[in-house]
Amino acid sequence: MKSLRKTTGLTGLALASALVFTGCAADSGSAETVVVGSQAYYSNEIIAEIYAQALEGAGYTVERQFQIGQRDAYLPELESGAVDLFPEYTGNLLQFYAPDAQATKADDVYAALESALPEGMTALAMSSATDQDSYNVTAEFAAANALESIGDLAALEGLVLGGNPELEERPYGPDGLLETYGVTVSFSGTGDVTVDALVAGELSVANVYSGDPRIAEYGLVTLADPEGLFLASNVVPIASGDWAIELASVIDPISAALTSEGLVALNLQSTKDQLSAAVIAATWLEANGF
Amino acid sequence: MDLLRDALVWLFSAEQFQGDGSLPQRIAEHLGYTSVAVVVAIVLALPLGYFIGHTGKGHVWIVGITGGARALPSFGLILLLVLVLGVSQRQSAAILALVLLAIPPLLAGAYAGVAQIPRSVIDSARSQGMTEAQILFQVEIPLSLPLVMGGLRGAVLQVVATATLVAYVGLGGLGYDIIQGIPLRRFDQTLGAAIVVALLALVLDAAVAGASRWATPRGVLLGSFGDVRARDSSLARTR
Repeated sequence: MKSLRKTTGLTGLALASALVFTGCAADSGSAETVVVGSQAYYSNEIIAEIYAQALEGAGYTVERQFQIGQRDAYLPELESGAVDLFPEYTGNLLQFYAPDAQATKADDVYAALESALPEGMTALAMSSATDQDSYNVTAEFAAANALESIGDLAALEGLVLGGNPELEERPYGPDGLLETYGVTVSFSGTGDVTVDALVAGELSVANVYSGDPRIAEYGLVTLADPEGLFLASNVVPIASGDWAIELASVIDPISAALTSEGLVALNLQSTKDQLSAAVIAATWLEANGF
Repeated sequence: MDLLRDALVWLFSAEQFQGDGSLPQRIAEHLGYTSVAVVVAIVLALPLGYFIGHTGKGHVWIVGITGGARALPSFGLILLLVLVLGVSQRQSAAILALVLLAIPPLLAGAYAGVAQIPRSVIDSARSQGMTEAQILFQVEIPLSLPLVMGGLRGAVLQVVATATLVAYVGLGGLGYDIIQGIPLRRFDQTLGAAIVVALLALVLDAAVAGASRWATPRGVLLGSFGDVRARDSSLARTR
């Protein structure tokens, strides 16, 4: 009985030390394996694939956990450290953690996001590329009226704004346009045919996502939003745990090189040319000198 | 129940009855698409259905086509037709999609309405010296009316419900309030508009049902009730 208890004690000690050692092993081992995740959104997957290939180029082993789905599904994974790196969008992510946040301009949103992120998650440097609501006009209309920013529309009359029906009631809809930029528009809820209606000349201004490949396809001009009418949503890599500092040296240059036009071009290669994320990512990395 | 009360409050609030996009305007748009689509479908489907029913030609593939057409996804059809016809023609495209939706029940009603007439009735009409046109207009069409009106009821219901989808391509109607309300989480608005669609469907159904009683010849109407079936079987026994 006595000896049995002794054996049990020893086994326990052995088990405990084994656990400690494997713990160490896991720590040093995972320094080589980075788990990169992505949303179930083709554009997000392309960005994640760029991260993954860049990390592989820097000597890391990468495990891809793509198409995880919605934020409710993958953010806990990121928080717990099961996923190490994830391409996100500043504004949308801020809204998830701080629904009442007032910031709308890119830098303010990033600062607010940094403090809103839970312990264990770090926002790396954000990219200038955005995927957010934006107002777009055709290239001809922009050239004819010297349009660059939303405010330039204020001088024009008879403008028709098109978008999904809910835009009529959104804070950045017709009311917001008048309040923030002094632009008067009538509204047309063109829904799924918004871009087509803009190109056909039925609309003068259309609400399109700034990452929409049709911006490049139809040569649309996205109007600048210096007053922050829209919630800025820049592409931002989110790293978990202690990875942030180490990964930043590889990922930050990518964020710096990725622009809104570049993101639209990446998306267009997926929707129009039907290329895979792996091919698009490899081509982009090479073209940008990585 | 709170949501239902909110929906009714939304429905009867003053702002629904004024300005652009008011409830009466949406109802008028909705009824406009519905009635145009159903009338066009009647003009196309009934003559074809009667032709097939009268001559017996092509009834094999008509069954297949009407069955298959019922499985068409209407939303996809609307978007496809808008794409094909162009965004400036999207009103016609949406109506065409609704017409395609309304044709199968009407076609099937007209064809089956004629096909279910006992052969002996048509043969006796012919043996009395009636011309083919007389047989069609005086025998087949009156006797087919109960089934045709049944088909019409089905077509109207389907079209009035599906017309909510035209709002996705910027054509208004009651669907506009429904699809605007969902992303804004204004469920009073969504439910309120949905209630109006349901009421429209009920009113239209009652109207078509009333019209069918009015249009159907008295004899046919009497013939569609149970006691006549009893008379049929007694006839069969004496035979």
